[in-house]
Formats: sequence, C-alpha cells, structure tokens
Amino acid sequence: MARVKRERQRSLRFAHTAFGHFLIGKHTNRSLSGSLTLLLCLTAFALISLFPVVFMVSNSLKPINELFIYPPRLFVIQPTLSNFTELFSILADSLVPFMRYLFNTLFIVTLGCVGHIALASMAAFPLAKFKFPGSEFISKIIVYSLMFTSSVTAVPTYMIMSRLHLIDTYWAIIFPAVSMSLGLFLMKNFMEQVPTALIDAASIDGSSYFGMLWKIIMPAVKPAWVTLFIVCFQGLWGNNASSYIYTESRKPLAAMLQNLSGSGVARTGVVAASALFMFVVPLIAFIISQSNVMETMATSGIKE
Amino acid sequence: MTQKVKPMLGMGKWQYTKHEIKKYRQLYWMMAPFMLFFLVFTVLPVLIAVYYSLMEYNVLQSPKFVWFNNYTTLLLDDSIFLTAVKNTFILALIIGPFGYVFSFIMAWLINELPRVLRTVLTVVFYAPSISGNAYVVFTQLFSGDPYGFINSHLMDMGLISEPILWLKDSSYMMGVVILVSLWMSLGVGFLSFIAGLQGVDRAQYEAGEIDGIRNRWQELWYITLPNMRPQLMFGAVMSITNALSVADVTVALCGFPSTNYAAHTIINHLNDYGIIRLEMGYACSIAVLLFFLMLWLNLVIQKWIRKVGT
Repeated sequence: MARVKRERQRSLRFAHTAFGHFLIGKHTNRSLSGSLTLLLCLTAFALISLFPVVFMVSNSLKPINELFIYPPRLFVIQPTLSNFTELFSILADSLVPFMRYLFNTLFIVTLGCVGHIALASMAAFPLAKFKFPGSEFISKIIVYSLMFTSSVTAVPTYMIMSRLHLIDTYWAIIFPAVSMSLGLFLMKNFMEQVPTALIDAASIDGSSYFGMLWKIIMPAVKPAWVTLFIVCFQGLWGNNASSYIYTESRKPLAAMLQNLSGSGVARTGVVAASALFMFVVPLIAFIISQSNVMETMATSGIKE
Repeated sequence: MTQKVKPMLGMGKWQYTKHEIKKYRQLYWMMAPFMLFFLVFTVLPVLIAVYYSLMEYNVLQSPKFVWFNNYTTLLLDDSIFLTAVKNTFILALIIGPFGYVFSFIMAWLINELPRVLRTVLTVVFYAPSISGNAYVVFTQLFSGDPYGFINSHLMDMGLISEPILWLKDSSYMMGVVILVSLWMSLGVGFLSFIAGLQGVDRAQYEAGEIDGIRNRWQELWYITLPNMRPQLMFGAVMSITNALSVADVTVALCGFPSTNYAAHTIINHLNDYGIIRLEMGYACSIAVLLFFLMLWLNLVIQKWIRKVGT
C-alpha cells in the first residue's frame, strides 16, 4: 500500500512537469514507469509499421542503377526525381489526358463516398434507436451479408449490372459502393451509443426524424462517419474497375497506373513512383480527416 | 420511442403489427433508399450465388441442377480444398485473435496520448492499410534470389551461405504470410476502436478516479471496455471476415498456385474455380460453406463480447 502511495505521488509530481503533462495529460491514476514503457513500445511498433513505407518512398527516389544494386539498400544514396519526371512525361503523353482519368476517379470517389455515408446513416438511425416490425431481421441480414465473400458475388453482380445496362458506366462502380453493408453496420454500432435521452428530448421539441438525424445524431457520431469516409475513399481510389469499364476515357486513374507496371523492367522506377502517388493521396485524405475528428463529443455530460 | 406501446385491448397480433408499421412509416421511408441499393447490389447477388451452388454451371453453357453434388465433391473428393481449409484455419487462428487484440491495445494506448501525437501515430499505424497493395514491397524484402533484401543481408552477415527461397519453400511460406498479414492487421477495426474511444464520456473516467480506480487496467475493464461494446462487436466481425478471407497477400507473395499449395487458402481455391476454371457452381458452393463457417464463429464470439466488463 505504501509503495502504491509513493508511486502515485511520484507520478503526480511527474504529471506537473511539462513533459509529464504532455505524456499523460490530466490523469492522476497513471504510473510514471507505465507511461514510459508504453511510449517505448509505441515507438518500436511505429518503426516496424513504417518500414515498408520508407522502403517505398526511398525506392521511388532511386535512380535505375541503384534499384538493382547489390546488396540492396534501404536508403537511397543519390536521390533523384527522374522517376517522377518520367512518370509525368508518360502521363502527359498518354492518349487520354491525365486530367480525364483524374476526373473519372474523383467523380466515382465523391459520389460513392457521399452517397454511401448519406444513405447508410439514414438507414442506420432507425435500426440503432427504434424497435419496429422488421428492425431486428434487417439488422441480422446486414451482419450476415458482411460474411459473404465478394469474390463469388462478382459474377452475379456483373449479370445484374448488364441487365440494368450499367456496364461501362461509372454507376457500375458507384452503386455497389453505396450498397456496402459495412457502412451501415459501422454507423449503426456507433449510433447505439448516442444516449436515447437526447432523441427523446428532440422528439418532445417536435423535431422530425430527419431533424434528429441531422442535428443530433450525425454531429455525435462524427468519428464514425469520418472513419467510414476513409474506408470508402480508399476502396474507390484503388478500384481499377477492370471488369466493368472498358472505354479508355472512362477508366479511373488506378487502371491507367496499373498498365504502367505491366510494361517491363525498364519501368521499375516509374512503377515505384506511381505506387507512391497512389499511396500518398489517400494518406493525405486520412491525415486531414483524422485531425478533424473533434475532441469534444456532443454526448458528454449525459447519462443513460 | 423508448416507451413500449402495449398492444391495445382487442387488437390481434397482426393488427398490432400493422399499427406499428403505420406509426413508424417515416422510418421505413428513411431506410428505403439504402435498402433498395442493398437488395439489388448486395442481397440479390448472394441469393444468385446460393442458387448456383446447387448447379453445375460453367458460365458458357446453361446451368444444370445437381442438388448437393458440389458440396459432397468439395468435402469428400477435393483434397486441395482440405489443404486450403487447414491453411485458412492456421492463418485465421493466428491473425484473427492476435490482430483483434493488437488493434484494440494499440488504439487504447494511442488514446492516452495528447492530440497531436495521437493523430501522428494513428496515421503511422494505419499507413500499411491505406494503400491497398503496399504489402507488395515484402516481395522485394523476401525475394528468393541473392538480391532480396533479407537474403543479401543474412548472407553478408554470414548467417546463411545460399539464398533462402522464402516465398517458394513450403516451410517458410506460411510464416511469411502470417508476418505480412499481421503487419496489415491494424485496419478498419483499429479505426473504429480509435473513433469509439473518443466517444467514451470523459466524466466517467473522472468519476472512476474518485471512486478508487487505481490503475489503467482497472479503468480499462470497468469503464472503457463496457462503453466500447458496439465497436468491439464491429471489430470482431471485421476480424473474422478478414482472417478467413486472406487471399490477395498469398497470391502477391507466394504466387498462384503456391508451391505444393502450402499457402493455398479457401478464397484462393474459390478464385481458382470461379475466375480461372469458370466452374461457377463449384465456386459458389465454396462461398456458401465459408459463409456458414464465418456465421458460426461470429455467434460464438458475440457471446464472449456480451460478457465483457461483468
């Protein structure tokens, strides 16, 4: 007991130093040794996690002779931007302009993500907060559908698309993205945490269901839809639409860059550069969205 | 809303249901757009796949009804399928639980940190999952020739005299696949944990400190975990589906088919029949079996999660 007390006092003193405050914040029930161990572990894992990313970045900066050097090195010796300039010259010379590919991708990503988040939230709210005939059945179907592998539904999906005359249009990519059960499941799980008292209060104030969703639920589950946005963005950004879109001018960026990697050893540097490009855009989107997740939640201070 | 409307006297069950539907009709309208897309592009393909699993269907000729022939062949006559099941189980048993717990612990540790550091580390840990195929760099790291990153360094250090065929030798393949999968295991589940932790009411922690919660472990069990049940559920479903559908990684690393099918998974097998051999009926029956496997695991794990914090 005395030991615990001593430890506690030491950590309290530590918490008042600037570094201590930075490390453990305002908590008082934290031990100093624990905090330091945690920081060490996190740093170690961060390095492991970053290793292949560093490899990718440095590869994209290597001149062709360094890419095939023996023994291979992690870090680049003479960094060059030649891979990128070559990539840009290929992009500038392509038959279909680069901006067109970019437009295709952005169109698919924007409509797919916004559509999915909007429709999934609208469907998740009733399922999370109300009990009505069919609600439990629908919730179950949503979870079950997550477990059916997408590689086998590809052929039936193709058949449906062709019946609906959606082949070779953007919609063949957008519609399945909108109908993902993952988003609904995620939103529903987060909405269940929003105190029912908030909804009851709004209902007494005469708010409509849409009003509740827009003014109360969506702000409260902001971390959820930011997460969903990232997942959706990633999926659509990397989607090369190879089995649905045939017309070159409608293909997304991913399809175009994938063609590069099929064109031999001489393009190894260009492929490394384009891999980095495909990686960096979702990364930036992720960083922006994460730093926007609000610290203060609308739910704080309300007890069930 | 939350108050339960008791069935009015003299109202039959059917009438009551009708009454309820009418009462909540706005909610049904709210769900309608998503449900329409969901039915056409998610549920319908699944139903078609289940239907084909009872057929002999090669996409070119019209399907022929064969009852449960596909299933019996799969379970009794297809030794490669059994290898695939075995490999998938080994992978799933390691990647699933480990990835799940690891994701949670990482999210929880990060959450302790101040905001800037937390954002940076979230990005760092999620980075492997951001680019759909960043794991391809591992083929260079583990490349079997002397130019491979790991081989060349081991040889320089004199630990091995000739290159190890990491991705072709069946005694190393599974190990490499597990390593790479674990590296990628901080995915959607991890993100939902991070988001969920931010939603836990701060006041509860303050109350906990006053009530005598002494260390972070007690706080975790009595406050954090019970508050996180919805996210834990979500993360579990994601881990089960991800762990049992490992496929792209094995193809990228070990090629297809892998040597002696040593890294062959159920989804690899399914893609073999569905995409390469065009035996759709057979491929669909594999998917249906996998579906029931995931369903069963999900039910088991849901029961465990309900016990958290009790």
